[in-house]
Amino acid sequence: MISMEESDAAAVLRVRSGDSQAFRLLVEHHSRNIFRLAYRMTGNEQDAEDVVQETFFKAFRQLNGFEERSNFSTWLYRIGVNCALDLLRKRRRHDEFQEPLEPDHGRGVFEADPHESTPDRLVFSIEVKRQVTQALERLSPMERSAFVLRHFEGMSIEEVGQVLGLQTSAAKHSIFRAVRKMRVALEPLMSSLR
Amino acid sequence: MKHLNEDQLILHYYGEAPDPAAIESHLFSCADCRAGFEGLRRVLAAANALQVPERRESYGSEVWQRLRPRLSERRRWDWKPTFHVSRWAWASLITAMLVAAFFLGRFWPRAEIPVAKLPPGQVRERILLASVADHLESSQRVLMEVVNASGNGSVDISQQQASAEDLVAANRLYRQSAERAGEAGMAGVLEELERILLELAHSSSRLTSGELNEIRRRIDTQGILFKVRVIGDRVRERQKAAARELARRNL
Repeated sequence: MISMEESDAAAVLRVRSGDSQAFRLLVEHHSRNIFRLAYRMTGNEQDAEDVVQETFFKAFRQLNGFEERSNFSTWLYRIGVNCALDLLRKRRRHDEFQEPLEPDHGRGVFEADPHESTPDRLVFSIEVKRQVTQALERLSPMERSAFVLRHFEGMSIEEVGQVLGLQTSAAKHSIFRAVRKMRVALEPLMSSLR
Repeated sequence: MKHLNEDQLILHYYGEAPDPAAIESHLFSCADCRAGFEGLRRVLAAANALQVPERRESYGSEVWQRLRPRLSERRRWDWKPTFHVSRWAWASLITAMLVAAFFLGRFWPRAEIPVAKLPPGQVRERILLASVADHLESSQRVLMEVVNASGNGSVDISQQQASAEDLVAANRLYRQSAERAGEAGMAGVLEELERILLELAHSSSRLTSGELNEIRRRIDTQGILFKVRVIGDRVRERQKAAARELARRNL
């Protein structure tokens, strides 16, 4: 059976030889992963969709620079992280000129879990999600990227460094800083549970 | 064994501690460290509350359908070998042109401008400062990625190269605008930055370790990263001051 890495490599070769339809296979293999990454980076469904589109567009444009020995997925994640970082910067700039908005409780991040049936648990769950979202927003772009890749995507610290173009030690320290900030932000709420 | 520090606990949580058995053994015997680790585990478990909206099985096909027209459009333009400017690069370029227009406007007879149609000067200034600050931040990120790049034998910098290409045109306009506005310090740093960005944009997308070291050396000896960071901070300060002034006037 052909592994995903092998089928990615074959698709890359076909695209390079002029078969742009083969790019469809790469898009279909990786769209959901890139959406998940983008959503965790941006915290917003529409922004995540934009990041997905921009990531694949850039990947297509830069495919000649992709080295066949490399892992396509790691390379694509790197483009996705950079697209999300660009969008966050643009959004930050835009937000500086907007009135602050009330949180949109209808969006995915705040969606209540139907299994959390008692009112107290529901309220607490919404509060945790709100505070996690705020804590993530307070991280620097590099800390947020490193944390999302390590914590949610389950990459090793070395892989996080590869995706972010950092030395392993720099990636490790970004993760440490991110976790410390998350802890400072969330510990009071979690302690109130005990 | 001494108490475990937070970094060791974080590495252990993620299964990347160099000696997990020693850490486990210490946690078993030390109530303080065990409590610290439990606290960390609770907080990181809470982070998992962030749910990602589900995407259907057909999501990949939907993404492809939206993407395909953009790829075809690009293929029609492929005959122009140097025409590789992304949608976001265009946005940066247009913003840079607006900055240029703003600075040039300082020397233009004001009576010819329909003032009532323009946004207040300070709002414009804030927007422009934010654009320059973002440009400097993006440039800094590209240079940092090059400085930190690593690989066996040769290094792929194709992504940084594409970003540098996107940044060069906007940088040129910001530099020219700063020169015309008499901002000599900023113009000087932007000129140095432009040289490095051009070098990256025109270099090979795969660098040998020698070539990469040479670029790193140039970045280091010119102190360009430090200079970009300093003027970026100054621009952000001016941006905040403009925001405060605007808020004060609105009171």
